[in-house]
Amino acid sequence: MKLLTHNLLTSKCLKGVTVGYPLAIVAKEVKVNEIDFNPEFISRMIQKVDWAALCKAAENLGHSDELPPNVVDDYENNEEFLKKAHHFLMEIEVMNGDLICPETGRKFPVTDGIPNMLANEDEV
Amino acid sequence: MAARNMWKSYLLWCANEHVSFRIPEVESVLAMYKIPHTWIDKPEENPWMLISMPSEECAVKLMKRCVTVRSIIELWAQSTTKEHLDNQLKTLPAEFTSYFKKENKFKVVVDIFNKVISQEEKIKKIESFSYLPILGSANLKNPDVTYYYYEFFGLDAGRIPENPFNYFFGRWISDSERTAVAKYSLKTRHFIGNTSMDPQLSMIMANLAQIDNGHIVVDPFVGTGSLLVAAAHFGGYVCGTDIDYLTVHGRMKPTRAHQKKREPNEDIKGNLKTYNLFSRYLDVFVGDASTPVWRSNFRFDSIITDPPYGIRESTYKVGSKKIAPIPDEMLSTHFPSKTQYGLGDIYKDLLNFAANNLKLHGRLVFWIPIIRMEYDPDLLPEHPCLETIANSEQILNLHSSRRLITMQKIMEPKEAIDSAIIHNLQYTFRHKFFNTSEIKGHGKEDESVRNLTKRSKRGNGIAKLPCDK
Repeated sequence: MKLLTHNLLTSKCLKGVTVGYPLAIVAKEVKVNEIDFNPEFISRMIQKVDWAALCKAAENLGHSDELPPNVVDDYENNEEFLKKAHHFLMEIEVMNGDLICPETGRKFPVTDGIPNMLANEDEV
Repeated sequence: MAARNMWKSYLLWCANEHVSFRIPEVESVLAMYKIPHTWIDKPEENPWMLISMPSEECAVKLMKRCVTVRSIIELWAQSTTKEHLDNQLKTLPAEFTSYFKKENKFKVVVDIFNKVISQEEKIKKIESFSYLPILGSANLKNPDVTYYYYEFFGLDAGRIPENPFNYFFGRWISDSERTAVAKYSLKTRHFIGNTSMDPQLSMIMANLAQIDNGHIVVDPFVGTGSLLVAAAHFGGYVCGTDIDYLTVHGRMKPTRAHQKKREPNEDIKGNLKTYNLFSRYLDVFVGDASTPVWRSNFRFDSIITDPPYGIRESTYKVGSKKIAPIPDEMLSTHFPSKTQYGLGDIYKDLLNFAANNLKLHGRLVFWIPIIRMEYDPDLLPEHPCLETIANSEQILNLHSSRRLITMQKIMEPKEAIDSAIIHNLQYTFRHKFFNTSEIKGHGKEDESVRNLTKRSKRGNGIAKLPCDK
């Protein structure tokens, strides 16, 4: 699971959860892939990403202080910033661990890089 | 933009398959790239279309995407008689005759639709143009200019007329993206399932969804990810969900005969890696389309999907009639129990999801199975925030087909977001599919059934294999 995907996920499939965001990450195994850098795509994503949630996810993975707390002005022309965003959004991958609902504490396991976001039949 | 009188006419020479998808595909690509154009002729069934555009660049751009078209040709002459065609070619304007100069090595391609002719006859046809003052020498392997001569003998293989209905002559500009389809053949693809989508149809879907470089695309019934391959091919960043844990992990029963078990990298990610599209892969995860987990203020550029129809792929969602809490010690290994997910509900949830999570003017492209005798375009799923752009049919068997529906989001939903309107037909499809005697008119009115499937005579438009889900 990439942190970009994590940035889009909630636990609102659970009955009674309305926001369920952001999910905390408890990672047992993290991998870094090398992915082609596409500055246009990253610029586009920065407009769509919840930056605070991305910072929190980075912190959960032990990378606190590596991301600026806010999106910088004129980020489209700031290659250093875009590359950092690219690294965190696209290259860091949680292979095994849990995603935790902020409202109920319910765990969603990540196995082989694939989150299982299914609620159980008594939770929907 | 060139002045109107500088525009040229182009012949889109089409492949003779997926006929009803042609016009929607071409129009979708024209709209996506905002290519200025005027239609001269766009017959629904004949394998060509005539269009006027400001420049050759427009023609090339269009061909970079289309897969139902074979090539685009700058149209120099067209007629219903050879004499008239010859007359036009004898009085070509200078902008065309300038290609006849000595340095240009040339080739002539003869294409005859709906009639088989010998090589000698073909050469005779080429020689019939000997009046053209072409100064260059012929070169079949590496020509500078390729001329196309095209005769159309109608669509009915049983009644081929003596003379063609139409003649066209022009200069070849570009082949289409159709040449890329073979690379994605399911025969050579590592990870496939029982109902993996044909690569050409997948690419048509990506074109209808107007997927472009840097777009985020999602398939909520991802299966083996065939649609994601096509979306990534056109530059989309792709993700998907499926309720089936084993499918998402690439661990379901092997699809190919004689294969005992799935290999380690046999999954969606693996497919994208083999096609060199790995940088476009975001994620797939296990999820239930009836309760999407996407952040509600996130907007996708496109949603493309082929939901299960309940025929070859079962339809289910998480749920149970009797609900008992799951003991803590079993939680980590518990597979949630599943309940029937009616086809009508699948489309209701899909349209509501699209109405909310698509960007404005973003597109939803999906298949829907239809009992042909009952089909009524007014009874397809609707949503006040989604407008239907295209609707093409692929016939599956005598009584059923599936339709590819393209919808565009025209406004953000107001407070009530679950306002999709689903008609009863979608709920009864599965039952009727297996109980054909209940279909109105079946058996009694054989004529009407035959009328509905008359295209089968040409072997056209009917899927060779029953690919109903």
